[in-house]
Amino acid sequence: MKLVTAVVKPFTLDDVKTALEQIGVLGMTVSEVQGHGRQKGHTEVYRGAEYRVDFVPKVRIEVLVDDTQVDKTVEAVLEASRTGKIGDGKVWVTPVDTVVRVRTGERGSDAL
Amino acid sequence: MIDTGDTAWVLVSAALVMLMTPGLALFYGGMVRAKSVLNMMMMSFVSLAVVGVLWVIYGFSLAFDNDAFGGLVGGVGKVGMHDVIGAVAGTIPLSAFAMFQLMFAIITAALLAGAVADRTRFWPWVLFLTLWATFVYFPVAHWTFAVDGVAAAHGGWIVNGIPSWGYRGALDFAGGTAVEINSGFSALALALVLGRRRGWPGEPMRPHNMPAVLLGAGLLWFGWFGFNAGSALSAGELAATAFTATMTASAAGVLAWLLTEQVTDGRPTTLGAASGAIAGLVGITPACGFVDPLGALLIGAVAGAVCALAVRLKFRFRFDDSLDVLALHGVAGLLGTLMIGLVATTRVNKAGGDGLFYGGGWSQLGVQAVAAFATLVYVFLATFVLAIVVKRIVGLRVDPETEADGIDEAEHAETAYDFSSLSGGSDRRERPRKPLQASAQASAGTEG
Repeated sequence: MKLVTAVVKPFTLDDVKTALEQIGVLGMTVSEVQGHGRQKGHTEVYRGAEYRVDFVPKVRIEVLVDDTQVDKTVEAVLEASRTGKIGDGKVWVTPVDTVVRVRTGERGSDAL
Repeated sequence: MIDTGDTAWVLVSAALVMLMTPGLALFYGGMVRAKSVLNMMMMSFVSLAVVGVLWVIYGFSLAFDNDAFGGLVGGVGKVGMHDVIGAVAGTIPLSAFAMFQLMFAIITAALLAGAVADRTRFWPWVLFLTLWATFVYFPVAHWTFAVDGVAAAHGGWIVNGIPSWGYRGALDFAGGTAVEINSGFSALALALVLGRRRGWPGEPMRPHNMPAVLLGAGLLWFGWFGFNAGSALSAGELAATAFTATMTASAAGVLAWLLTEQVTDGRPTTLGAASGAIAGLVGITPACGFVDPLGALLIGAVAGAVCALAVRLKFRFRFDDSLDVLALHGVAGLLGTLMIGLVATTRVNKAGGDGLFYGGGWSQLGVQAVAAFATLVYVFLATFVLAIVVKRIVGLRVDPETEADGIDEAEHAETAYDFSSLSGGSDRRERPRKPLQASAQASAGTEG
């Protein structure tokens, strides 16, 4: 099993969600986060002053998938969240030792 | 002789002006970051209590008793509001006048809090307010508001003049000097003594709740009709004139600020609309009983545009007047007080004067300038000294860690917005829990 984590632009969330549902992903966890990559934030003007905005608002999507689903999942996220501009975000995959469903106690792939 | 209409209007006006202080707390509270909104609102709100008590004990006396100490301040003949109940001031009870004026003292002291957002300890602030009201507000209110023969025979020098020096007295209808120039330049002194917030400028410190700012600005605007039209101390033509000027100038102030902001920053902000209204209201405060609607329009527009530019001063000169008390009240108060010398007209008020544009020459402007700059210099120096005294004796500032974490929790043991279910609110520990074993067996059973 793998954990696919994507940090993407907030407005792409709906498209990513739809794309994941279409390839059969059953669950996901979404959180509002802030951060920056190589683009290092930007400056804004407000009430006559320039402000540094170091941390840009992003959405983090986490999906647990079976090994066979990983490539399809990553592709779906990339497809749905890419605008081609700076700040599109990142997707990464990490191995997961085990998964347990709290209600039933099922383990492994059965718990996905 | 007491006039019931006049009395009713002044009492209602006093209540309107009272509402300005909670309004100001919302206006200021929305402008700071979420972690220090309660401290910000408390610093304004507590002025109702502190100044409200001081006023009865000696504040009213220092402001409105006969001249004492060479005319610097009123005497002590009305300490404890001695003999106020039952006395008459003009056509209203003296106690109605005293309550109306009390609300001015409260809002003026509350205004200072905007200069020291996010970093001021609460009890030292209360001590500072006490000293500031005593040594700065009560004397300056005496100069400006204590008209000869109203509360006592001999009042202050700004409103009555100094005949022996050939000074005829300035026109200040509702407190351009005692309230606006006073709060603006006192705020500057306070901000200089306290120092900048950590991370200012550079770190984003945008308002956390603009709806609160707009609601606060609306309450201030509403209350200001009491402030200005109530200053007629009568329910007649003069009150209506002041009311008209107040509405006209504030409307012009909003438009002027938004247009200026569009040119300089590229977008009209909600904060700009709120600030523009306040700039117009401050500008018209000293002038509202002496100008016609077109004069009010001019004052409001100039105040809105100039203040929109004046908010940049603190970045250029690096003083953290956090919520622009100087750029709004100091600058617009100065503008309004001086522009009386241009647009005042006796067609509106025979007791007023004629400014430069109405054939009065330069003399009114000169008289206004003397009052404005004398007030400015006195309040700046006196506040600077008082702030240093409090800073030396008890310290005014929270420690750096508290400032970074947010002052609300440290100073008041509260946070404004407790949205997280992990800290208070719903507690689900009482819900029955199913043992995992039983439920696993149950599900296995149904599947089998």
